[in-house]
Amino acid sequence: MDKLKIADKEFSSRLFTGTGKFSSSDLMRKALLESESELITVALKRVDVNNENDDILSHLDHPRINLLPNTSGVRDAKEAIFAAQLAREALETNWIKLEIHPDPKYLLPDPIETLMAAEELAKLGFVVMPYIHADPVLCKRLEEVGAQCVMPLGAPIGSNKGLKTLEFLEIIIEQSNVPVVVDAGIGSPSHAAYAMEIGADAVLVNTAIAVSQQPVQMAQAFKMSVEAGRMAYNAKLAPIKQHAEASSPLTSFLNE
Amino acid sequence: MNNSFKNIFDQYNWDETLSGILSKNENDVLQALHKSKRNLEDFKALISPAAKPYLEQMAQISSSVTKKRFGNTIQMYAPMYLSNECQNICTYCGFSMTNKIPRRTLTDREILREVDFLKSKGYNHILLVTGEANKTVGVDYINNAIKLIQSKFANITIEVQPLDQEDYELLIENGLYAVLVYQETYHEEEYKIHHPKGRKSNFEYRLETPDRLGRAGIHKIGLGALFGLEDWRADSFFTALHLQYLQKTYWKTKYSISFPRLRPHSGGLEPKVAMTDSDLVQLICAYRLLDEDIELSMSTRESEGFRENIVGLGITSISAESKTNPGGYVVEPQSLEQFEISDERPTEAVVAMLKQKGLDVVWKDWAYNWQ
Repeated sequence: MDKLKIADKEFSSRLFTGTGKFSSSDLMRKALLESESELITVALKRVDVNNENDDILSHLDHPRINLLPNTSGVRDAKEAIFAAQLAREALETNWIKLEIHPDPKYLLPDPIETLMAAEELAKLGFVVMPYIHADPVLCKRLEEVGAQCVMPLGAPIGSNKGLKTLEFLEIIIEQSNVPVVVDAGIGSPSHAAYAMEIGADAVLVNTAIAVSQQPVQMAQAFKMSVEAGRMAYNAKLAPIKQHAEASSPLTSFLNE
Repeated sequence: MNNSFKNIFDQYNWDETLSGILSKNENDVLQALHKSKRNLEDFKALISPAAKPYLEQMAQISSSVTKKRFGNTIQMYAPMYLSNECQNICTYCGFSMTNKIPRRTLTDREILREVDFLKSKGYNHILLVTGEANKTVGVDYINNAIKLIQSKFANITIEVQPLDQEDYELLIENGLYAVLVYQETYHEEEYKIHHPKGRKSNFEYRLETPDRLGRAGIHKIGLGALFGLEDWRADSFFTALHLQYLQKTYWKTKYSISFPRLRPHSGGLEPKVAMTDSDLVQLICAYRLLDEDIELSMSTRESEGFRENIVGLGITSISAESKTNPGGYVVEPQSLEQFEISDERPTEAVVAMLKQKGLDVVWKDWAYNWQ
């Protein structure tokens, strides 16, 4: 599969994953290794960054895994910037998944605070990966202030509803100069494959793997579907035909 | 003018509300069960007697929705009683002013000893509890306690007397994350019977406490009613009404619901309206069907067996090994409790039980230090 480049890093896998909701850290590690994911997001609020024996962090220690700390829980740009700085210091990475959702119920991102924080964090030298609505204009604005990719949602986070924002994702993919990672709502391998087929550069999947009856097998299924979707995208899908074209009743007279 | 739940509450009548719940029929229940977004009328149907035959179905939906939203996890917290001094008379409470018990308020040193014990057990979310004694355990005392332990916990919750908005703002500034304030009962006349004396006798001030918290910008508010004082169905409807009003008005704040049932204590009050285990399961599931994202919390008031079976059904946070007396962990284990806890197992045993049920125990889900 062709490699994906974000900032200075190349990824062989286009499946990004998360660490939440697993029934144990052992199972999380097994599933995430099976997924072959190379970029794994971890909520700063869930880990003790100053404790080297932290249960989640110690289970993510693997040469293939790059940690992507996220700011889940912050409510505005100021808190996000502070959290990102703490993460950089403690986890020694300047990558940050910017999540600002002041609404604790649906965890929907605040576009205004996200844009402000992205600009500031980019200036401070962070690789900023913002979680946002599937808003094409916002994606361009984020690109302009230095975000290294955009992460529009397919459906509300954790909902497993698939690509409800399809029309807007297609516009974002068409217009973007930075990689587009479909971040939330992907509930099944077919959703992931579809996102890759329409040209998303990567997908981020957490709940659908963690809450499955068999997370390890589900991780493998997602790995395969992301590969299949990307391969199909590269191979160029045959055009979709709305109706049969067996004969040409309107123009066949030209050949008579 | 400020928003106030009272404006909404005043439009409702207790008896009409209760008879509305009791008159729900099987058809109402089926409709509520088959919806994907449910409203307060559906909630009434789900807590009604007509829903009893559908309890298993409710539990199945509740369990799967909880899993989708919260994953295979459960959060742990521990209560720490700071004082049993109290100037209120509450008919159901062991700390009630007229109860002849030795009174104690923990000093800084004693607080830190209790904290060390809870930290050694792994706790990172703490609930500070007091009675209401404004001279000795007022805002200054609470503020001092929060500042004293703020660096040791990922988040701090309090369950103390209702305070003014400025007081909450001060406490939030110094590290307060959440406040639990149960209305006890939304039946105003019954409330006055159970709270005849002290500042707590002011029904309205208590009712508007979540509004003051919302305006102060608190992260989380915990609501609930004390089951046993009045009809649990009507009280739960009013709690849900309160919840939905708050969610719309203070949309950046998170909410949780607790389910305290009257427990034996010194000075004892028998429940006026009984709530069976089956009723409690029904209520927990009904909340989850009403609101996929609400935190539902369960204390050690409930028995070992009940807790073991309820954790997979919709509950998202629990306590363990709790002591309901000031200094109860190490400072003075023999002092008198607020109420008897039921599940007395040590934390390790509860954690092992949760793991065995396939639930990952979450000790930390917040970080104060970036706020």
